[in-house]
Amino acid sequence: MTPQGRPGARAPAAGERPAAALLLRTRRLDAFYGDYQALAGIDFEVRPGEVVGVIGANGAGKTTLLRTLAGLLPCPRAALEFQGRSIGGLPANRIVALGIALVPEGRRLFPSLSVEENLRIGAFARRPGDWNVGRVYELFPVLGERRRAGATDLSGGQQQMVAIGRALMSNPSLLLCDELSLGLAPVVVRDIYAALAKLTAQGLSAVIVEQDVALARSTAARLYCIQEGRVSLEGDAASLTRERIARAYFGI
Amino acid sequence: MPAALLGWTDTLVQGVMLGGLYGLFAVGLSLVFGVMRIVNIAHGDLIVLAAFGAIVATSASGTVPAPGLPLWIAAPLVVAAMYAFGYILQRGVLNTTIAGGELPPLLVTFGVSIVIQNLLLEFYSADPRSLAAGGLETRSVELFAGVTVGVLPLATLAIALGITAFLQWLFGRTNIGRAFRAASDDPEIAGLMGIATRHVYALATALALAVVAIAGMLLAVRTTVAPADGPNNLIYAFEAVIIGGLGSFWGTLAGGVILGISQAIGFRLSPGWGAFAGHIVFLAILALRPQGLFPRTRTQA
Repeated sequence: MTPQGRPGARAPAAGERPAAALLLRTRRLDAFYGDYQALAGIDFEVRPGEVVGVIGANGAGKTTLLRTLAGLLPCPRAALEFQGRSIGGLPANRIVALGIALVPEGRRLFPSLSVEENLRIGAFARRPGDWNVGRVYELFPVLGERRRAGATDLSGGQQQMVAIGRALMSNPSLLLCDELSLGLAPVVVRDIYAALAKLTAQGLSAVIVEQDVALARSTAARLYCIQEGRVSLEGDAASLTRERIARAYFGI
Repeated sequence: MPAALLGWTDTLVQGVMLGGLYGLFAVGLSLVFGVMRIVNIAHGDLIVLAAFGAIVATSASGTVPAPGLPLWIAAPLVVAAMYAFGYILQRGVLNTTIAGGELPPLLVTFGVSIVIQNLLLEFYSADPRSLAAGGLETRSVELFAGVTVGVLPLATLAIALGITAFLQWLFGRTNIGRAFRAASDDPEIAGLMGIATRHVYALATALALAVVAIAGMLLAVRTTVAPADGPNNLIYAFEAVIIGGLGSFWGTLAGGVILGISQAIGFRLSPGWGAFAGHIVFLAILALRPQGLFPRTRTQA
């Protein structure tokens, strides 16, 4: 299955990385809320097995980017490529079946479902893979103890674990995480990111949106900084200095 | 047993069985409201529509067309037709209106209600009709000494219990049931799980109208139906839902049974007080316990 042989995929131009080497790529991606343009011409890439961090100020467009990748916001077919296929504009319920799962901002668990039911609904798309409820409980043992509890009766950190587990149940090739640390105590954030590190060490690719720049730098191999809907800085996390990040972050 | 006590026991038993029918009316309404937050004003008219469907399908003469099917063939056909109608109604019409809040779908169902009433009136006149069930409607059994119940009300109650148990199992234990609840909680995130919410909503309405079909046919065997009867059925369904609360289908069925008992007691006190006594109980619950007697439980598993 070569990407060149598929409709919608195009041959790589000289100097460009061939599409096959990329898990996901956006090409001049725009996104709108009504008349308001939230993203303008974003070129964004994720390579297989890579953890990519997305940082930026509030309202910069980080969440919008993840929502567009997950199919919650429309975009032109060719603006979004995943595993060499153009998938822009597909609805969220089709995109999850292709292997992109989103852990949404604010967790958004289903309140009328128990912990275990929230996990099981994550497998609704029936994408084949290794994940099951038992494996999620191995990753987050506390969830196994509270499997029958109402999902929103849990602590914030435990709810975040359910949200991650729910996304994993769809057996994703790419996990999109929106502000995992939001509203959580530092010790809990450390646990959550330790679990994430376990997953990415097993080869799962991830995009991490984070307000906490230090956390993003230590987790991701590569960083994108978004400012007012545009990529203001891009590069290997190790090579980007604090000063350059600060400038790209605040636009000063 | 003293005669007075026996009389009241009889009233209670008749009320419970009448309540089974009201419970059936109510579970369909609460299903549509529970999953999609749609207040289906046409619910009562859909009950009448299903009843007319069965009456026409079994008529050998007097209606056009008059296929004269036996009831055991006509009944599943009506259920299947209403299921399909529910799917199309939701997918083709109501889904396009729910993004605008609770009012647009309510207005659409109000329109559907008027259309159904007037089409039935146009084609079948205002005459009340009933569904013949081969003598089932008049057969009775002695439940215990002195209390005799009709086979039909008893069967209605059994069907109501069966359907309620089925829906509770479906919502609590199955994949599609979890999808109904997830789509009700948060349709956007349900999409992220791979749930096609428009399809799932259509299935919920289809299921509700299948229950409506059964309720409508039982109603038409029990008594007569006329094209303008819909709103009255809707009121009873609403009252049962409000009395029971939206916590579970069992609560809704219990609401129907309480309404049935209230009406039976009212009717025993004075023949004109049946529906009135039901309204009084409904208003009392609404004033004293507006969340219903069996309010929402957070998890059902």
